[in-house]
Amino acid sequence: MIAMTIKHHLPDELLMAYSAGELSEAVNLILATHISLCDDCRAALAGYDAVGGAVLDTCDTVQMSASSLNSVLELIHAQDRIEHKKEFRVSASDRTLPEPLAGYVGGDLDSVRWRPVGMGVKQAILPTSSEATARLLYIPAGTAIPDHSHSGLELTLVLQGAFQDDDGYFGRGDIEVASENLHHTPVADISEDCICLAVTDAPLKFKGWMPRMAQPFLGI
Amino acid sequence: MMSIAVLSSDCDPAPVVSGSKIRDLSHEAGDGKKTLTNGTPNSIGPWVEELVAIRDLRDETAFVRVFEHFGPRVKAFLMKAGMDAALAEECAQEALVTVWNKSHLYDASRASPSTWIFTIARNKKIDVLRKQKRPEPEDLVWGPEAEPEQEDIIGLQQESEHLGRALRDLPSKQRDLIEKAYFGELSHSEIAEQTGLPLGTIKSRIRLALERLRHQMK
Repeated sequence: MIAMTIKHHLPDELLMAYSAGELSEAVNLILATHISLCDDCRAALAGYDAVGGAVLDTCDTVQMSASSLNSVLELIHAQDRIEHKKEFRVSASDRTLPEPLAGYVGGDLDSVRWRPVGMGVKQAILPTSSEATARLLYIPAGTAIPDHSHSGLELTLVLQGAFQDDDGYFGRGDIEVASENLHHTPVADISEDCICLAVTDAPLKFKGWMPRMAQPFLGI
Repeated sequence: MMSIAVLSSDCDPAPVVSGSKIRDLSHEAGDGKKTLTNGTPNSIGPWVEELVAIRDLRDETAFVRVFEHFGPRVKAFLMKAGMDAALAEECAQEALVTVWNKSHLYDASRASPSTWIFTIARNKKIDVLRKQKRPEPEDLVWGPEAEPEQEDIIGLQQESEHLGRALRDLPSKQRDLIEKAYFGELSHSEIAEQTGLPLGTIKSRIRLALERLRHQMK
């Protein structure tokens, strides 16, 4: 079990939308990764899934077709030979990347294909659908990410080290949900290089000239 | 974006560790005749015994009852989510096949049958309409002794019923809003704008359910 040190959680509307299945793949990925590390949000999600169950219960019904039951019974007879193996997994606390993220990277941190983007910062864009972008960011200890704002949603989840900005101090498992048009300059904690998963559903807007030059390289 | 190992396949429900046999806690009262009636109101919770019978006994009669109750609901849910009747029919059938195939993942101490089947229908919706797999949280690591307690099962199932009742008792305008969110008619920012205040009783019900779940996860 992971120590409960997480202070920055997911807001209700994101949990509800995740439960409802209404978010893009990249946003689903960062939520699933946070929930893997956060028992509070795991429990909250179970609550929202229960609301979904209640909605299904009170939902109207639409009659199934006449042949439906027979088709389904045929299918379950055909498939019922499958043996269910019990799976054993490594605990999340032993790895930097929880399972949903490790699936996209193809392993733990040593499998990440980093690309340098300047100032010692590295990134790896993960293969998700194009509605939103998920990237791993590697920020050397003490480095600041240029001041930026955004028109859409920006979610940042710390996987290693920590960063600080106007909203507070974010350590492993903490997720920052940047509100629209918030300007912020996250600074990686001096004690350790910081690794984050960041998801944006619209391009970031950087203040100033230098970061704008870097924008094409960041791919954002 | 193919073959990512941890992504759910076959529209897996939210992963839950298979639980112990809980049949022994059903139907202790009465004349000793074992009957599975729809919804089994006087026992653990609606549809729990059917799912457990499917899981532990591969009971086809129980499956037919689950199919007849949930099939039309899943189909309606998928049509509201934007599928036409033919596609919704096909996907509802597949969802019910998943109920059979994945019944070993059903744990009555962690989800009501409606909740569990909702997650299957929801994943089917994402799979078919968005052509995506849904990244799922890493499962909790349970010790080998993690047999669900009867008390936890009953508590969770009762909380789920309370939640359902609280939803039905909401003023229709508020209930519509919640249903819209789950049918995909509201974006997450619209949920934030519109459902923030009126959730009232639902929210307190969710909190209670959460407290219970948190307690179990300790």
